[in-house]
Amino acid sequence: MDALLDLLLGPLSYPFMVRGLLAAATVGVVCATVGTYVVLRGMAFFGDALAHAILPGVAVGYLLGGGAQEPLFWWGMLTAVLTSVGIGALSKGEQIKEDTAIGVIFAGMFALGITLISTVRSYTVDLTHFLFGNVLGVSQRDLWLTAIFGGIVILVIVAFYKEFLVLSFDPILASTLRLPAGLLHYLLLVLIAIAIVVSLQTVGVALMVAMLVTPAATAYLLTRRLPTMMLTGAAIGAISAVSGLYFSYYVNVASGAAIVLVCTAIFVLAFLLAPGRGTLWKYLRWVNN
Amino acid sequence: MATLIGRYAPHQADSPVLEVSDVTVRYNGTLALDGVSFRLTQGEQVAVVGPNGAGKSTLFKVIAGMLHPTHGEVKVYGHGPGGHICIAYVPQRSQVDWSFPVNVADVVMMGRIGKLGLLRWPKARDWDYVRQCLEVVGMADLADRQIGELSGGQQQRVFIARALAQEAELMLMDEPLTGLDVTSQEDIFRILEELRRRHVTVMVATHDLNQAADRFDQVMLLNHRLLGLGRPGEVFTPERLLQAYGGHMRLIQTDEGLMVLNDTCCEGSTTRHGRLA
Repeated sequence: MDALLDLLLGPLSYPFMVRGLLAAATVGVVCATVGTYVVLRGMAFFGDALAHAILPGVAVGYLLGGGAQEPLFWWGMLTAVLTSVGIGALSKGEQIKEDTAIGVIFAGMFALGITLISTVRSYTVDLTHFLFGNVLGVSQRDLWLTAIFGGIVILVIVAFYKEFLVLSFDPILASTLRLPAGLLHYLLLVLIAIAIVVSLQTVGVALMVAMLVTPAATAYLLTRRLPTMMLTGAAIGAISAVSGLYFSYYVNVASGAAIVLVCTAIFVLAFLLAPGRGTLWKYLRWVNN
Repeated sequence: MATLIGRYAPHQADSPVLEVSDVTVRYNGTLALDGVSFRLTQGEQVAVVGPNGAGKSTLFKVIAGMLHPTHGEVKVYGHGPGGHICIAYVPQRSQVDWSFPVNVADVVMMGRIGKLGLLRWPKARDWDYVRQCLEVVGMADLADRQIGELSGGQQQRVFIARALAQEAELMLMDEPLTGLDVTSQEDIFRILEELRRRHVTVMVATHDLNQAADRFDQVMLLNHRLLGLGRPGEVFTPERLLQAYGGHMRLIQTDEGLMVLNDTCCEGSTTRHGRLA
């Protein structure tokens, strides 16, 4: 028992580890809450693309700030909000299909980001941090920004709960109830953008989509109502983030990847074992018949 | 934006529920609706029939204020439809995501949110209202069911309950009877009777000519243009039916009346047979 307690408390003697755990848990909760709508509305590709598309913004902040961490958050935020609104506007046009538009912008922006960062000679370490996160480098100030903006995202999701629900389930009803559907859609895109920027340091752009989609998708398999889906997703997100970080501490592997692997493992378990709906039960029923 | 301010168009007492004047809708050069004009008074129930692609859905969208006509105008209680929340659209079952994580009561509560307004949560009174609406359609016992676990007829009734929760005075039902067995269809007809008692005006899109003729006292025949609106016997004349359906229909004069054989159905290629009164 004592050994287990030591295992859990040991890493907490390092302040950077405490900050990392708090940041990761917050990110797990925020991403899963927004991610509920990403999953229900089929926006996984949009989320992935948006995460990659903020790289040039972060790169500009990186070049102008001479490697300082401070401005990166705001540059990332600016790019993410502009790109999300931009993709929203572009995909409304009839000239090109939505996923094609997203694909073009996503790859182009990502390439621009890598190009900008590669102009610095010793770029590989910093690029790795942008791509895969650096949760142990979270400062006190980063933690505050994460908490404040994450809190704003959750507050808005709760405040517009009814409206987002109707918009996602039945856009025609939203229209006959005269809800400002366009405005709400853009608001949701901006919320996804903020969640992505908040998570940048924890998982990095390359694995971001996992935090948005995987805990929410797991919750989707386990629940039947939206509020429980959100709460379950948030819990799974937080638990994966914290246990993934412990795992990376003891096994000494990349933290962002470890967090995502734990998320994925929980998803696979739910996929196989979800009460009544799991693939294993379906298989057993099929065998018994 | 109206919801954010909470102001909707007033109802003018002396105006008809619905007045459609010379509505024309053009999609990329093709004419979906061509100069359609009619009016409905309170409590009327009309079956809207016409071949696939005749513009039934387009007409509903224009009336609900989701689509602006290229020409002409729609007035609901004397004002454009965009300001009203008293118009309910009951979708075809195939348009709904039945795996969405909501139960029956959640779906019906969605109809209330126009009345609730922004930043307000449903109270006990609102859940009571939802329950009453579910009782009207005989679904109160299944309020906690996930919507994907319902039968087709039950699913349809949930969406009618949602229109009731919206306190809709004009309901547009898109193929509510399609794909239902006879018992479930009778449930829907019973609900339509109840709606008549409540003076709700209803338009029901259907592809079943015979059912429209047998069960509705008002029918509308549509094929881009309005070919007729009135009692079935007056509207479903051989000339007008041939005008609407062209080569897709055969009319056979029998001792018992006019036989209609049509193949305009939307489920596979089943040929439907029936008799018009």
